[in-house]
Amino acid sequence: MQINLFDGLNKVIFFVCMMCSIAAFAADGESIMIHGGENPAAMPCISCHAPDGKGMPSAGFPRLSGLPAAYIEKQLYDFRLGSRQNPVMQPIAKALTDSEIIAVANAYAKRPKINVLKTPTTPPIPGSGGWIAQRGEWSKNIPECTLCHGPEGVGVGNAFPPLAGQPTLYLESQLLAWKGEVASAKNKKVSPPTRHNDPNGLMQHIAASLTDTQIKAVSEYFGSLNDSTEAFDESQHRLR
Amino acid sequence: MKTLFRNFLIVSALLGSSSIFALDKSKLEDQSQIPSTHSRINKVVYFTPPADADLQNNAFGELVRRGEAIFVNTKALAPQYVGNQMNCVNCHLDRGRLANSSPMWAAYPMYPAYRKKNNKVNTYAERLQGCFTFSMNGTPPPADSEVILALTTYSYWLSTGAPIGKALPGRGFDEPPPPKGGFDINRGKVVYEKQCQICHGSNGEGQKVGSNYVFPPLWGKDSYNWGAGMHRINTAAGFIQHNMPLGRGETLSDLESWDVAAFINMHERPQDPRLIDGDIEKTRKRFHADDGVNLYGSTIDGVLIGQGAK
Repeated sequence: MQINLFDGLNKVIFFVCMMCSIAAFAADGESIMIHGGENPAAMPCISCHAPDGKGMPSAGFPRLSGLPAAYIEKQLYDFRLGSRQNPVMQPIAKALTDSEIIAVANAYAKRPKINVLKTPTTPPIPGSGGWIAQRGEWSKNIPECTLCHGPEGVGVGNAFPPLAGQPTLYLESQLLAWKGEVASAKNKKVSPPTRHNDPNGLMQHIAASLTDTQIKAVSEYFGSLNDSTEAFDESQHRLR
Repeated sequence: MKTLFRNFLIVSALLGSSSIFALDKSKLEDQSQIPSTHSRINKVVYFTPPADADLQNNAFGELVRRGEAIFVNTKALAPQYVGNQMNCVNCHLDRGRLANSSPMWAAYPMYPAYRKKNNKVNTYAERLQGCFTFSMNGTPPPADSEVILALTTYSYWLSTGAPIGKALPGRGFDEPPPPKGGFDINRGKVVYEKQCQICHGSNGEGQKVGSNYVFPPLWGKDSYNWGAGMHRINTAAGFIQHNMPLGRGETLSDLESWDVAAFINMHERPQDPRLIDGDIEKTRKRFHADDGVNLYGSTIDGVLIGQGAK
């Protein structure tokens, strides 16, 4: 009896400790979002990515809520390395410690994932942004976005992030970052791509092959897919 | 052992090549395998299937759209006939429109045709049924079923304006010639890890969103079976060389394509439904010995290949 009681107490202590350590871990990531990292140069995430982590569409700041931890970690390391260039994020990524990167990435991964509002499946209009998203432009070797980023662009695994739920301006800026600026009659400026961190170079060629008009259209398509208030349904089936 | 293995590979590659590329007239008439057109060497203009906007809004147009829907969502819309997790569009990219991804507009006008695979003249419906039996590891839909009717109508429409009985460039997967020094599974593993794993997973298991596959499984119980055309290394090499990684087709060399195709096709997958008396060797002799380059019934590192994944 006594032994049982002692055993029970042990379990309680163990459980309390577990909860504390989990809470401490979560508080770490959550605290970085609100207060920033130890180094003051690692500014609070919420000031651009919003308190709910869903980004600021009007300014083109991306959603981080529900993105895979491994994906967020990789992006932060790539900002440090410079394979992904951005004047705001590079100094922040450099100021964050490795453990802070892991903590904040995990905290965002625990936040709600994008769940696209269910709409009746209607075929996209040829030439529209939805067409590129769902049908691609194979004459230029561009597969439909959803072939890798999943049905309605909800994201697949750690390497193919969600496109749905991201601000139009953010998606457009990233495609242009992969493409770089090409000289034209109107625009004499040539600037090289600022993003080189796509695995196996899968995005570079796609961005380079899309026209700026197509980039805008496909970004608007994914930017217009509204977040549903329903929880992400793992059993969902979305027809192509 | 290693030398023995390599010798075996070279021998099997040589045996295979003689069966594919021998310009024997009787072989060319057989539509089981599609002869290579070497489109990468000569720049070819491919047939253009009709645009979506050209489709009429009538009963015919409706059935074409139904066929297209089944083509891209086969598992979801025809679950009773699909035994694994594959969709037609997994091998026939761009909704069956893409050259060198076995487009429907190049297949439909070639039927009826003799196929050694079942030693008879096959209708297009029978050819589609073959896909369900082998590539989808399922049950063939009846020839007069809605599924076959819709898929046939869709293929017919994609072939609008294509000549009947004329092999068009871009047909099949336009296989690269077998490598002179033979293929190598170990080299193929390296290619796989570098180029394929990110989408198809470290165990060829594919990737899902929820319960639905986005990237198809390349081996295991949810992939094509040992009787599917894609189990031939030469066929898979053609598909891979032209179309993989997605959007970066024709970046892998012929050798890399053969090596990685061999690596993928040495893995277990559902048993050949034509299995004779439960005997892999009998089945190999009857159905695999003269079917391109494949590893069914061979022994690699002491393990018999072709036991089937359940």
